[in-house]
Amino acid sequence: MTPPTAQPAPLLSLHGATKSFGAVIALSDGTIEILPGEIHALVGENGAGKSTLVKVLAGVHQPDSGRFEVDGAPVVFRSPADSKAAGISVIYQEPTLFPDLTVAENIFIGRQPRGRLGLIDRPQMRRQARELFTTLGVPIDPDRIADGLSIADQQIIEIAKAISLDAKVLVMDEPTAALSGVEVERLFAVARSLKARGAGILFISHRFDEVFDLCDRVTVMRDGAFIATHDTKDITVDGLVREMVGRDIATLYPKQDATIGDTVLSVKNLSRAGVFSDISFDVHSGEIVALAGLVGAGRTEVARAVFGIDRYDAGSVTVAGKRLRAHSPQAAIDAGMGFVPEDRRKQGLVMELSVARNATLTLRKQLARFGLIDSRRERAAAEDWTTRLQVKTGSQDLSVSTLSGGNQQKVVIAKWLATNPKLLIVDEPTRGIDVGTKSEVHRLISELAGQGIAVLMISSELPEVLGMADTILVMHEGRISARLSRAEATAEAVLKAASATPESVK
Amino acid sequence: MSETTLPVKARSNVSRLFFGRNANTVYALVLIVILASIFVPYFAGTATVSFLLIDAIPILLMAMPMALIIITGEIDLSVASTAGLSAAVMGVLFHDAHWNIVWVFVACIVVGLLCGAFNGILISTIGLPSLAVTIGTLALFRGLALVVIGDNAVADFPVDLTTWATSTIGGTGIPTFMIIVAVVVVIFGIILHFTPFGRALYALGFSKEAASFVGIRVNRSKFWLYVASGGISAFAGIFWVLRYSSAQSDSVQGLELSVVAAVLLGGVSIFGGSGGIVGVVAGVLIIRTVNYSLQLAGLPDTVLTIVTGTLLVLSVIAPSVTARIRRSAERKRSRTLIHDATAA
Amino acid sequence: MTQATPPAVYEPRAGRAIGRIFVSREFSVFAALAVLIIVTEVVNPRFLSAQGIKDLLLNSTIFVIMAVGQALVIITKNVDLSVGSILGLTAYGTGAVFATFPHIPLPFVFLIGIVFGAILGAINGFIVTLAGVPALVITLGTLYIFRGINNAWAGSNQYFVGNEPAEFGNMSVQTLFGIPWFALGALVIVIIFAIYMFSARSGRDLYAIGSDTDAARLFGIKVNARVVGAFVACGALTGLAGVLYASRFNSVGADTGTGFELQIVAAVVVGGVAIFGGSGTVTGAAIGAVLLTTMTGALAALNVSKFWQQAIVGVLIIAAILLDRILSIRTARKLRVSEARNV
Repeated sequence: MTPPTAQPAPLLSLHGATKSFGAVIALSDGTIEILPGEIHALVGENGAGKSTLVKVLAGVHQPDSGRFEVDGAPVVFRSPADSKAAGISVIYQEPTLFPDLTVAENIFIGRQPRGRLGLIDRPQMRRQARELFTTLGVPIDPDRIADGLSIADQQIIEIAKAISLDAKVLVMDEPTAALSGVEVERLFAVARSLKARGAGILFISHRFDEVFDLCDRVTVMRDGAFIATHDTKDITVDGLVREMVGRDIATLYPKQDATIGDTVLSVKNLSRAGVFSDISFDVHSGEIVALAGLVGAGRTEVARAVFGIDRYDAGSVTVAGKRLRAHSPQAAIDAGMGFVPEDRRKQGLVMELSVARNATLTLRKQLARFGLIDSRRERAAAEDWTTRLQVKTGSQDLSVSTLSGGNQQKVVIAKWLATNPKLLIVDEPTRGIDVGTKSEVHRLISELAGQGIAVLMISSELPEVLGMADTILVMHEGRISARLSRAEATAEAVLKAASATPESVK
Repeated sequence: MSETTLPVKARSNVSRLFFGRNANTVYALVLIVILASIFVPYFAGTATVSFLLIDAIPILLMAMPMALIIITGEIDLSVASTAGLSAAVMGVLFHDAHWNIVWVFVACIVVGLLCGAFNGILISTIGLPSLAVTIGTLALFRGLALVVIGDNAVADFPVDLTTWATSTIGGTGIPTFMIIVAVVVVIFGIILHFTPFGRALYALGFSKEAASFVGIRVNRSKFWLYVASGGISAFAGIFWVLRYSSAQSDSVQGLELSVVAAVLLGGVSIFGGSGGIVGVVAGVLIIRTVNYSLQLAGLPDTVLTIVTGTLLVLSVIAPSVTARIRRSAERKRSRTLIHDATAA
Repeated sequence: MTQATPPAVYEPRAGRAIGRIFVSREFSVFAALAVLIIVTEVVNPRFLSAQGIKDLLLNSTIFVIMAVGQALVIITKNVDLSVGSILGLTAYGTGAVFATFPHIPLPFVFLIGIVFGAILGAINGFIVTLAGVPALVITLGTLYIFRGINNAWAGSNQYFVGNEPAEFGNMSVQTLFGIPWFALGALVIVIIFAIYMFSARSGRDLYAIGSDTDAARLFGIKVNARVVGAFVACGALTGLAGVLYASRFNSVGADTGTGFELQIVAAVVVGGVAIFGGSGTVTGAAIGAVLLTTMTGALAALNVSKFWQQAIVGVLIIAAILLDRILSIRTARKLRVSEARNV
């Protein structure tokens, strides 16, 4: 690595970009500068505005204001095509492949090599795809359709696509989240070779070891705004965390003492072919059990199967001593379970319905008298729970889509608390929530445990896991790879178990 | 749906009836009726009421389950074919098999329920797209009607029944049959607006995933909606035969268009999730009123399909155009918000 | 650059390409067609007489051309239900052209039909893309609007262009080596569009759009322009089919082509074009159209009541989407188990 002595002109610079959606301000000061031949990290908590900034660079979002220059010349991107034409290539967190097209076509769509008559030269396309995969060292059939590829393989294809584009600036939004150790190494090798060729790389990651290992400079964002840019050699992990969070971690996780009581949920040998296998664990009343691990390790899938959203092939789920009927969320709810899902907008709430309707959706049967819903009782119940959780809204009749992320999450929690649950499953409870409300949500979960509710929490944020959980289960590739008590849990232990060196490389 | 303005006082159900999107359709209907009374000769009168309403009956009937189905984000294009099959069965069982008319009615309804269940199984249990399935059953049920009755037309139904079907209540001009239709409409209105099942349908229409997370049985709800749609369509088919005193293979053909158009015109979103029964009833009446006034004005029946088709296209384009306008207004507002926020 | 691990590269296995042909949807539809023809021929040997084959080919021509256009639209995850009405308008329009200009050169007639169809298709395409609403509803609306216009235009009038001018009507009976010219023309169209869809960038864009419209947009593919293009092509091909229809069948009037949309959609989905877009080929759609037409002929040859025909169309549509569904569930399950890493 050769850090530039005299700063060359930046390939790309964005200053003071703003972007808002309705009442929600996603980006209030988007600022970044990428130099040729550098790998630049962008860090910040979930909801800090990193993804919005990436989408501005990609031409998906048009900033409301701000200065945006590529190669020193001001640019306005009206579409992703403009961004691509300017030499910017983006790899998103969730790969966007065309499931019906072949792998080779997915790489070359819109710019397939052409032969006679302007027709696509398929042998040539196949050869180029195979060459790319050789460089990346992965065995993927270029003629296979993309449907059904694993997330890691999809990610590899995205990377192959970006490499083939020969981009000046490569933006990678958490590319390693779903990758195993070997795959990450391979990706880094590719990134370094691109850097050696003079490309600028923007690398977004939650893993500090990667940031310090790979990157030359790091930019910190918080609450939609630029905080600082540092040379990685001049800053420590603690310093970065302080800038990201804006305060010390200890104050962020107000863990209350709770008496841990009887077993509420008992999961035994739960398996679903190809997704997870042999999962066993117990959750006691007052206990917060965290499921940690990488994205794609099967944590959410386990929770969904436990709650009855998905089927499972073998094993059993027992709630308070009674075996739960499989594949029936209603049965789970009747047994006293609640589920705060990871995707609040798609799964947790019906965004277009009013706050009141959402808050009482779980109660719709209890609120009915002679089969008809008593709208006065419905309204009263909604008022009751939304005030208890301090949901900030103009009116119960506004659709929940008008609320901020944190308040939306409170409505989701409210609708489950209204059912008086024994067990609450919370999947990524603070994703996309601003820092202030975040600690409120944490306090709430902690309080619930204090009142004797059993909590099963899925989280990708290490501090959250370490700060909140009484017991930590780490999942790796569909299995539980470690069980740690609060006392023995450290960031290193969890990370190691989460990315456990695979026994057999596939 | 409520607007997204600053703190608003909670709306009562009554005020919602007068100011919601439902209400706009009602106002549009009133306006159209007034305009027609002024400009179309012979429009104002009890004869109008009776002609207008009697042709509205089959649409109104089929629009009820259709509204619920579209609210859940699905569609049923086979309603008119189901009605046609029921009409064909009715003709054959009565004329050729000499069944008692009561048993014929029962058999027709059963046929309709089975048609609906067939759609329901394919769509909810197997998970096929409703649009493709019901295009298929649109052809299939109509084809079965042809198989059942061929190119015969049965016309010798009991005269007292056929006259009853076209009779009116006293001098009001309101068809007697409207009483039954009113009962059906009220039942569907209650189901949609006042029961847990109705609540579930809205949630389902906006987000199947979110609905399943609160324990809504997505597939089961849909299945029963299609069964209801089949049964009601068969009932509409029976009415159709009695009204025209004739059962043939092409009875009720093409009416699915008017039904879908009426429901969408009535404020139900084609993407699912929003709409109400009052609006749908108004939507049906708008389509009938427009058609009837143009008929009175001397346009031939065959050309009227242009009007129905145009109403359908407009009813789906209008919400998306207004949404686009609203979005751009929102963008402007948020820009000022940012401005305020940064100034503060 | 250096690699820590030796690169594992995918090595293509020989003979796979041939294997793929036999498991392809096109092949199985073709096989079904062959079985149908053989069975019918065994029961009724008159089915494959020289005249029988000629009728079969001629009757298929119109559906094949329309199916190719419809396939383009369905591959983009849309559908055009107004094709029956477009055919009606263009066929009647052809009659009207001859009535007004009895000596107009034939190529002009074809040109007028194609452009007329393309304009109607463009109307569909623009409404669908600009309003951003499901094509099904829009084209259901235009189905009735176009039909209504046809009704208003034609009234109870009919044109008998199959006889007058004679050279126009004769076109449909002229053959080359016993194969009707029309059928050869349809074959050329299928080949051109098959190559376009397989080997042109814009053709592949249509698949990408149908596969994942949002991703296609993210990719910078001009989604709206491509979708409008597909609708225009569908309209133009249907317009061509309308002219051929006028030549082949004796009379064109207000209800020409009524109900064709169902048969065309059936042909396309039976031919393996997924109703949710993104996959399938125009070749498959064309074979599906031949299969459907043959079915009609076979029913008559087998002495099955003609009343069964529409019911069979319905069954075919449902069977085709059911089959697609079952196949996709099976492959998804297989992939889930086989590609999972040591779980």
